[in-house]
Amino acid sequence: MEKSSNNISRRNFIAAAGGVTLAITAYALYPTLSGSKKEIDPSDLAEEKVNAWVHLRNDGQITIYNPAAEMGQGSMTALPVILAEELDADWDKVKIETAPINVETYGFKAFGNRKVMINVGSRTVMGYYDALRQAGAQARYILLHSVAQHWSVPIQELNTAPSLVQHEASGREISYGEIVDILQEPENIPEIPSSDLKSPDEFRLIGKVLPRYDVPAKVDGSAQFAIDIQVPDMHYGVLERGKVHGAKPSLTNAAEIQSLEGIIAIVPFSYGVGVVATTLEKALAAKAKLAIDWDRNVTAQGHDSQSDLEGYQQLADASSDGKVMHKVGDVKAAMRKGIKKYTATYKNDYIYHAQMEPLNAIASVAADGQSAEIWAGTQNPGSIAPTVAKELGIEADQVKLNLCYLGGGLGRRSTSDYIVESVKLSQATGKPVKLMWTREDDLQYGMYRPLSLQKLEAATDANGQIIALNHCIVGDGSNLLASGAKNAFYNIPNQAVDLRLTQKGIRIKHWRAVGHGPNKFAIESFIDEIAADQGKDPLDIRRALMKDSPKALATLEKAAEMANWNTPPAPGRARGIAFGERSGALCTGICEISVEEDSGKIRVHHFWSAVDAGTIVQPDNVVAQMEGGIIMGMSSVFCEQLTIKNGEIQQSNFHDYPILRIEDAPESIEIAMMPSTDSPKGIGEASTPIVAGAIANAFATLTGKRLRHLPFSPSRVKRVLEA
Amino acid sequence: MPAYSLQINGKTHKVNTEASTPLLWVLREHLALSGTKFGCGLGQCGACTVHLDGSPMRSCTLPISSLQENQEITTIEGLSPNGKHPLQEAWIEEQVPQCGYCQSGQIMQAAALLDQNSQPTREEIISHMNGNLCRCGTYTRIVKAIQRAADANT
Repeated sequence: MEKSSNNISRRNFIAAAGGVTLAITAYALYPTLSGSKKEIDPSDLAEEKVNAWVHLRNDGQITIYNPAAEMGQGSMTALPVILAEELDADWDKVKIETAPINVETYGFKAFGNRKVMINVGSRTVMGYYDALRQAGAQARYILLHSVAQHWSVPIQELNTAPSLVQHEASGREISYGEIVDILQEPENIPEIPSSDLKSPDEFRLIGKVLPRYDVPAKVDGSAQFAIDIQVPDMHYGVLERGKVHGAKPSLTNAAEIQSLEGIIAIVPFSYGVGVVATTLEKALAAKAKLAIDWDRNVTAQGHDSQSDLEGYQQLADASSDGKVMHKVGDVKAAMRKGIKKYTATYKNDYIYHAQMEPLNAIASVAADGQSAEIWAGTQNPGSIAPTVAKELGIEADQVKLNLCYLGGGLGRRSTSDYIVESVKLSQATGKPVKLMWTREDDLQYGMYRPLSLQKLEAATDANGQIIALNHCIVGDGSNLLASGAKNAFYNIPNQAVDLRLTQKGIRIKHWRAVGHGPNKFAIESFIDEIAADQGKDPLDIRRALMKDSPKALATLEKAAEMANWNTPPAPGRARGIAFGERSGALCTGICEISVEEDSGKIRVHHFWSAVDAGTIVQPDNVVAQMEGGIIMGMSSVFCEQLTIKNGEIQQSNFHDYPILRIEDAPESIEIAMMPSTDSPKGIGEASTPIVAGAIANAFATLTGKRLRHLPFSPSRVKRVLEA
Repeated sequence: MPAYSLQINGKTHKVNTEASTPLLWVLREHLALSGTKFGCGLGQCGACTVHLDGSPMRSCTLPISSLQENQEITTIEGLSPNGKHPLQEAWIEEQVPQCGYCQSGQIMQAAALLDQNSQPTREEIISHMNGNLCRCGTYTRIVKAIQRAADANT
């Protein structure tokens, strides 16, 4: 087996210990970390590869390879926890390293059984769960096999305790660290049957509160994001891109720019002009001086986001169907049979990702153009080598990606536009180049959650049951718009999702929870409108709709219990409820709000949410994701609005595209996780889609008025109150 | 190009750059003190917060030429000698960071508060921290962590 270097990182020791042992030096830690009695001199440290996922060192340190990008979702801890559980590792001895970018070895199966290394759609923990349990169980098998051979005992007689192999019959035990010297790879490593994996009641790590591995480095400034990387002889690159997406540039002062001090190159792009300079400040100064004529004869020209919504309404009102994305029963026949019909329209403006780390990447293309090294934060690590290789006309194995922490992903970092830009700048100059997007670049050449309109129609029978629901969506983006429009957990026998597509030429993309945000806003508002018309309680109408979906219903009941739904809130306040499912997680949320009538400002005082996400791997991290998802949801509901006039993006930075600040966070957020032994479900986006509906419903209860257009900015709320 | 002398985390640094260069680029790109982050360049997000003679400042809008040689600049790297400032410990206890990108700025902003007011109320915390954005939505944990660090002071 391979030996690897005795590379001791003090930071990793400290991080592995969860910050508890910060004052102790690494050397002093060896005896307590080793599990063996003897102290190991650093020069005698030896490490062996157990399998692709696990390396073991003779002082007991267990290195587990994390195959996923860490963008705040916490999976760099959760994935090794899953493996360590089956390996029966002592968690205090685990060191986590980023796996090599090798899709065959470290990918998970998704999107039609293809192996991928991509971290989107809250799929990481659920996508790797079975594979990492298996990898951990197989690593444990290799350790047991080695000890069985060494002691000449049947492998069946051996057991494990945390980082120990035990032989009860002879009373012997050996630490995992000590197995390094006797490690023997079996001829065949069997697939461990699921009956031999731990049962949930045997879990020591899964479902237990463990500190996140990355947190210590994120409180002392040492965590490395791509933007923090410097490589020798590095230059700085920036691009000026059009305010109208896709507009083509003609640079009119190339000679002037070229003559500026420190300018290395001007690099043309079809949609922008790149400048490479010796320092960042010189690159930015040159960018500000670029004189560019823009050819705006592109699709986006003429697009006006607010007045075009009127056209969206006409499309929704047209009699012909669009693209039917989903169909249960016969909606049209059921609509004809219905006793009472309901129709309502909801609208959503464009919103922007606003991940805190602006896009950036470092590329170093070799002088001969035959290889490249990249430093980047990306949600799509498996795609980078093939993408860059194609750009350079070389083989993918000649491209190395160094995956860094992501200062937020939120869907924006699943594309590689910024990485390709850095490669082109490096290729053009023959130097390593750090490409920086300013916040203005990041916002104005962003990829937004699309402008959309939802028109919902329903019919009820003589008993008031909803027998038909037609959900018409208008906008750009096909699946981006349609996600979350299905209602698998509401007992509505006839349903259809009808997509009517436009093409406005604006760059659009997945934004945390994708179409679920707008669609759950529409569905959950509509359910409450029907309930109000029927004089039903919003909780009761959902109870009836969920009668055949016990797990969804359990989240509803739990949230209602947490919020004391049946006890009225203080005067001037109201509660609203909403349900949603995203990436398999079922989630009910209830908020309590008040409204400042003079300003139109809505304040959320409390938020309660119950989620069924299957097996919970890292409970405190699930709570954190739920909290963050609610706050980001509130940000999109109250603050965020990107507008376009004649194709031009109208906002540029946080002064005119505000995101939620701490003063507007709820006083409390309470999260309950439903006990479950089902496989894990996605958690990163579970709570975001329920926020708009819960707030709109609370507002309707409080004021009798309906908010139909996101965001609920104070000026809009005031107009609704005064109408 | 003008030469500047800066006192950062107790050490003197010499930097040659244009007068208009923001302190943020000097720290990050000239001196590789990358714990201080770039978020907006307009003083709107607080990711670049450092202390200038103990007061929280947005380093993205501070031209190097506006600094005096005797002014003491403190960055996240210099907040405590060993990463054990009560706020850093409280941030770990409360598991505040998610992506972590804004957290250096959050901690520097909070440290300036506790230096002035060892027992801030919830309202004082929120008012003092309102200029620091967190996209991951860690705000409720930030409040708890500052309260925890303040309690540790008593």
